[in-house]
Amino acid sequence: MNAPEWKNPVVRWIDFRLPIFSFVYHELGVYPAPRNLNYFWTFGSLAGIVLVIMLASGIVLAFNYTPHATMAFDSVERIMRDVNWGWLLRYIHMNGGSAFFIVVYIHMFRGLYYGSYKYPREVLWFLGVIILLLMMATAFMGYVLPWGQMSFWGATVITNLFSAFPLVGESIVTWLWGGYSVDNPTLNRFFALHYLLAFVIVGAVAVHLWALHVQKSNNPLGIDTKGPQDTVPFHPYMTVKDLFSLSVFLTVFSMFVFFAPNFFGEPDNYIPANPLVTPPHIVPEWYFLPYYAILRSIPDKLTGVLAMFGSIFVLFLLPWLDTSRVRSGSFRPTYKKFFWVFVVDCIVLGYVGANPPEGYFLILGRVATIYYFFHFIILLPLLGWFERPLPLPTSISQPVLGGRAAATARHMEKA
Amino acid sequence: MRRFALSALAALAFGLTATTPNAAEGPALPKEHWPFAGIFGTFDRGALNRGFQVYKEVCSACHSLSLIYYRHLEGIGLTAEEIRAIAAEKEVTDGPNDEGDMFKRPGRPSDRYVAPFANENASRTANNGAYPPDLSLMVKARKGGPDYLYAILTGYKDAPADVKMMDGLHYNEFFPGHQIAMPLPLSEGGVTFADGTAATVETMARDVTTFLAWTAEPEMEQRKQLGVKVVLFLIVFTGLTYAVKRKVWADLHA
Ligand code: HEM
Repeated sequence: MNAPEWKNPVVRWIDFRLPIFSFVYHELGVYPAPRNLNYFWTFGSLAGIVLVIMLASGIVLAFNYTPHATMAFDSVERIMRDVNWGWLLRYIHMNGGSAFFIVVYIHMFRGLYYGSYKYPREVLWFLGVIILLLMMATAFMGYVLPWGQMSFWGATVITNLFSAFPLVGESIVTWLWGGYSVDNPTLNRFFALHYLLAFVIVGAVAVHLWALHVQKSNNPLGIDTKGPQDTVPFHPYMTVKDLFSLSVFLTVFSMFVFFAPNFFGEPDNYIPANPLVTPPHIVPEWYFLPYYAILRSIPDKLTGVLAMFGSIFVLFLLPWLDTSRVRSGSFRPTYKKFFWVFVVDCIVLGYVGANPPEGYFLILGRVATIYYFFHFIILLPLLGWFERPLPLPTSISQPVLGGRAAATARHMEKA
Repeated sequence: MRRFALSALAALAFGLTATTPNAAEGPALPKEHWPFAGIFGTFDRGALNRGFQVYKEVCSACHSLSLIYYRHLEGIGLTAEEIRAIAAEKEVTDGPNDEGDMFKRPGRPSDRYVAPFANENASRTANNGAYPPDLSLMVKARKGGPDYLYAILTGYKDAPADVKMMDGLHYNEFFPGHQIAMPLPLSEGGVTFADGTAATVETMARDVTTFLAWTAEPEMEQRKQLGVKVVLFLIVFTGLTYAVKRKVWADLHA
C-alpha cells in the first residue's frame, strides 16, 4: 500500500508535505472494491454528484434570490425570466431535490436488502440516517424559499407540529417562527439554515465515506472479501461503472428538467404566499408523503408527531433489531419476501400521504403505518431466529469466476 | 439481481404515478390539442399575437400581468418599435424628480406591464368585492394548465334550474364550485384581429390561453430546444460510457 514514486517534481514536492496525491491514489485509485458489486452500488457516488449539482446550482441561485417575504416570489420569477440561464439553474435545483431523494432512497433500500447496516458497518449506516435527517430539514426549508402558497402553508403546518409537545410546544413554535406566525423572520432564518445545512451535509458525507473506507463496501453476496482475488481496484473498474450510471441518471434527469420541469411540483406554489387563503389540499413534496401519512394516520397529534419521527429513528436501532447474522437478502428466503412487502408498504404510505385522510385512505394509512413499525420491531427480530438462511458461498471470487454452478450444487446438497 | 432491478424500477414508476396528486374537484377538463405541448412544441406566433390582443383589449381591464415587462414582448415577435408604442399608451408614475415630486410619464419598454388598478383594494372595490388574480403565471398555477384556462373561458352556461346562484356570480361548468365572480369575458367578435382571423369565442379563448402559456413560461421554446440537444448528447454519451465499461471489465468476465 505504498504510494507510488511521484515522477512530477511539483507533485512530489507537495505530496511529501501534504500527501493529497497519495490520498487520492489510495482512496480512489487502488482502493479495493468487491468485484461483484452490482449497479445498486453506484447510487452512493450518484448521490455525491447530485449533492455537488445541488450546491453549484444553489449557490448561483442565491446570487439572485432575495429572502424577503415581499420579494422572494418575484425574485424567483426574475431568475426564471431575466437572469441568463436562470430558468435552467432553478429547474436543475428544483428537480435536483427530487432526484436526490430518489437516488438516496434507492441507496438506502439497497442497504436494507443487502444488510449493509450490519456488523461492521453500523456507524456508516448511522451517518447515513443522520444525512437523511439533514436532507429532510434542508429540503423542507428550501421548499419554503420561493414563498408560494405551498411554501407558506407547508411551513405553517410542519412547524405547527411542534406545538403538540406539552408545556413547551407553543413556545417552540414561536421560537422557530421568530414571531407569532410564519412571516419574514421565518423566511430569513430558513434561507440561512438552508444554505448552512447543505454544507453540514457535505461534512456528514465526508465522515460517511471515511467510515466506508475503514470497513470497505459490503457486496451482493454479503460475505467478507478474503483477498485480492475478491476485489478490483476502484479505478478504472468502479469509476467507469459509476460514470455509466451517472450518464444514465443525467439522461433521465435532463428529461425532467427540460421537458417536464414541474412534474414533481404543485401548481399552488406558483401562487404567491397568502396568509389569508388556505389552499384546499396542503401536501408536502412527494418525498415526505410516507411520513406525512404516518403523522395523519394517528388521531392524537403528539403521538402522530412522535410516530413520524420514530419512523426514522427506528433506523438507528436497525442493526440490533435485525438479529440475523446473514447480511445479503439473497440468502434469506423469508426476509427477501418481507423486504418487498416493506417496499410496497412504503409506497402505499406515500400514496396515502397524497390523499386526504378520510374513509378508505385513513384505514389504509393506519394499516400501512402499523405494518411499517411491525416490520422493524417485531418481524426483523423474529426472522433472525426462525429463518433458515441458505448456505453462503465460501468466497466472492468463486461464484463470480464460473463457480456459480458449484455454489448452486452446494445449495441443493444442503437443502 | 435482475429481478431486483426490474421490481425496483416498477416500484419507482408506481410510486411516481401513485403520488401524483389526484385531480381537482369538478368535471374532467376537456383535453385540447396545444401546439406548444410535447417536447418539440412551439408557440404559434399568430396565436401569441392574437392572444396578446385579447389580453390587452379584454382581460387587462381587470387582470394585471405583473411579471411581464413591455420589453419581454419581443418574445412574441413584436418589434422594438411596436413595443415602445404599446408601452407609451399607458401612463406611469415615476419620480421623485429633482424637486421631490412624483410625476407621470408615458410608459417605456423597461416598465412593468401597467396594472388596471393601483392595488388589491382598488381592484376589489371596482369588481364587486372580488379580486381578479394576476395572470402572469395562471397557466402554471392551476391543475390542468392551459386546458383549465380554456375550459373556464368557454365554460359559461345558464345555471341549471336547481342551482341557487349567489348575487353577482356567474355559472361556469369548470370553475370549482361553479360560481365565478368573473362575468363572461369573451363574446363573438369582441375583438377585431388584424390578421383577419374570425374572432369566435373558441379562437379568442385558445389564443389568449396560448399567450398566457407564454407569459407563464417565456423560456419554454428555448428550454425544449436545448433539451432535445442535451438529451441526444447524453444518450450518445451513455452509449460510449457503456462501451468503455464493457471494455474495462472484459478481462474480469473472461
Ligand atoms: C447525501 C447522501 C449520501 C451520499 C452522498 C452517500 C454516499 C455514499 C457512497 C459514495 C457510498 C459508497 C458507494 C455505495 O455503496 O453506493 C455509500 C455507501 C453506503 N451508504 Fe451512503 N450516501 C448518502 C446517504 C446515505 C443514507 C441516507 C444512508 C442510510 C440511511 C446511507 C447508507 C450507506 C451504507 C449502509 C453504505 C455502505 C453500503 C455497502 O457497502 O453495501 N447513505 N454512501
